[in-house]
Amino acid sequence: MAKISLIVNGNPVNANVDSRTLLVQFLRENLRLTGTHVGCDTSQCGACVVHLDGKAVKSCTTLAVMADGHEVRTIEGLAADGAPLHPMQEAFREHHGLQCGFCTPGMIMTAVDLVNRKGHDLSDHVIREELEGNLCRCTGYQNIVTSIAAGAKAMAKSA
Amino acid sequence: MYEFKYHRPATVRQAANLLVKNEDAKVIAGGHTLVPVMKQRLASPPHLVDLSHIEGLDTIEMKGRSLVIGATAKHASVATSPIVGEAIPALAELAGGIGDPAVRHKGTIGGSLANNDPTADYPAAVLALGATIVTNKRRLKAEEFFQGLFSTALENDEIITKVMFPLPKKAAYIKFRNQASRYALVGVFVAKRPSDVRVAVTGAGSDGVFRATAFEEALKKRFSHKVLDGVSASAEGLNSDLHGSAEYRAHLIGVLTRRAVEAATAK
Ligand SMILES: Cc1cc2nc3c(=O)[nH]c(=O)nc-3n(C[C@H](O)[C@H](O)[C@H](O)COP(=O)(O)OP(=O)(O)OC[C@H]3O[C@@H](n4cnc5c(N)ncnc54)[C@H](O)[C@@H]3O)c2cc1C
Ligand code: FES
Ligand code: FES
Repeated sequence: MAKISLIVNGNPVNANVDSRTLLVQFLRENLRLTGTHVGCDTSQCGACVVHLDGKAVKSCTTLAVMADGHEVRTIEGLAADGAPLHPMQEAFREHHGLQCGFCTPGMIMTAVDLVNRKGHDLSDHVIREELEGNLCRCTGYQNIVTSIAAGAKAMAKSA
Repeated sequence: MYEFKYHRPATVRQAANLLVKNEDAKVIAGGHTLVPVMKQRLASPPHLVDLSHIEGLDTIEMKGRSLVIGATAKHASVATSPIVGEAIPALAELAGGIGDPAVRHKGTIGGSLANNDPTADYPAAVLALGATIVTNKRRLKAEEFFQGLFSTALENDEIITKVMFPLPKKAAYIKFRNQASRYALVGVFVAKRPSDVRVAVTGAGSDGVFRATAFEEALKKRFSHKVLDGVSASAEGLNSDLHGSAEYRAHLIGVLTRRAVEAATAK
């Protein structure tokens, strides 16, 4: 067992975990933050993307012990309960960027990271390239791309 | 995944001591190769030594005429570093084309080289540019470092600390991606160096990264894609699998080398 302390969605968390625990397992099973999904468990699909120290990472390929002392943000941390949705979440709702919704948390966390890195004016081409590591089996991506472009612009206004 | 004990050393020396003290211990950097492999139970190190918190091990800097990249520098850092962009833009582009953004936020140059995946991108750059791999014990030339499929000259308790790249006159990397995995089906790194020309090929060789000497000879006479007419790669020793036959890969080596030379001369 290993002792870990990290910040999850702004709150300090201390826990004793088996060192093999994946970060996604820790989030879902220990903290019951089940918004982060496991689609493939083989680093391909991006359903498990969270922010580690502000950067998008695949939490199925990160050990919880490696996040010790670091800061994690999950989809639950984008907007407080009962508060208005984060502009990127709102854009996905508005533009029908989801169908079953399984890929959506990962898509949105990837999209927010993308805006943090590349700004608010994103071409469709850039968005598609950046979605390299996120798979969606429902939408055909078109509305996801539209949502991200709109969400990026909305984030500029709300910032 | 099997159980292991996790260690987080603060220095390379501490990390090396942990490797000596604990038999079969392995270092972990980004974990983007090792964690998947451990999940599949293809590796089961009883001890994991995490390099990612060693200060200064990810530094990127110019030292004299060399670009020096620390072992734990992430692909995303190399891709966006103004120092790399200035010194060897082809290397920044290569790093920016590895996997996807999330992979680039975790994967490191040291991990990629130590793993020596036959379809990885960095080995092509290291071999073509004639880089030197510096470990806690010695300096290894690229040619001595890569020793075939997933194998390197590294000893069990040896840690890559940095990679030194001499500056080329011109360079470019062209990758033909496997559409599903995004790894290189074939990737060609061409470097016009002060003394010679090197063409390194990844993804194609059944023994890992190699130099395409026929192309190098032709390009030494004149560094232009025009001298490559009639030069071709042999399919012998190339991979043949569901993604492409050896003949197809040989064909791609020719096409990508031409494109890489064109890209390098256009810069
Ligand atoms: C979805 C996905 C897509 C990818 N696509 C590509 C791609 O297109 N091109 C590509 O090149 N790669 C690709 N990769 C691999 C990625 O670049 C890996 O991150 C990289 O190969 C390994 O780096 P790491 O830091 O994660 O190493 P780790 O997984 O931490 O370690 C890998 C191995 O290297 C050893 N090691 C690590 N650091 C050192 C060191 N400093 N000294 C000695 N030994 C060390 C470890 O013990 C282990 O055996 C992809 C990976 C994933 C998950
Ligand atoms: S569950 Fe992590 S990438 Fe698919
Ligand atoms: S909405 Fe169903 S997987 Fe994307």
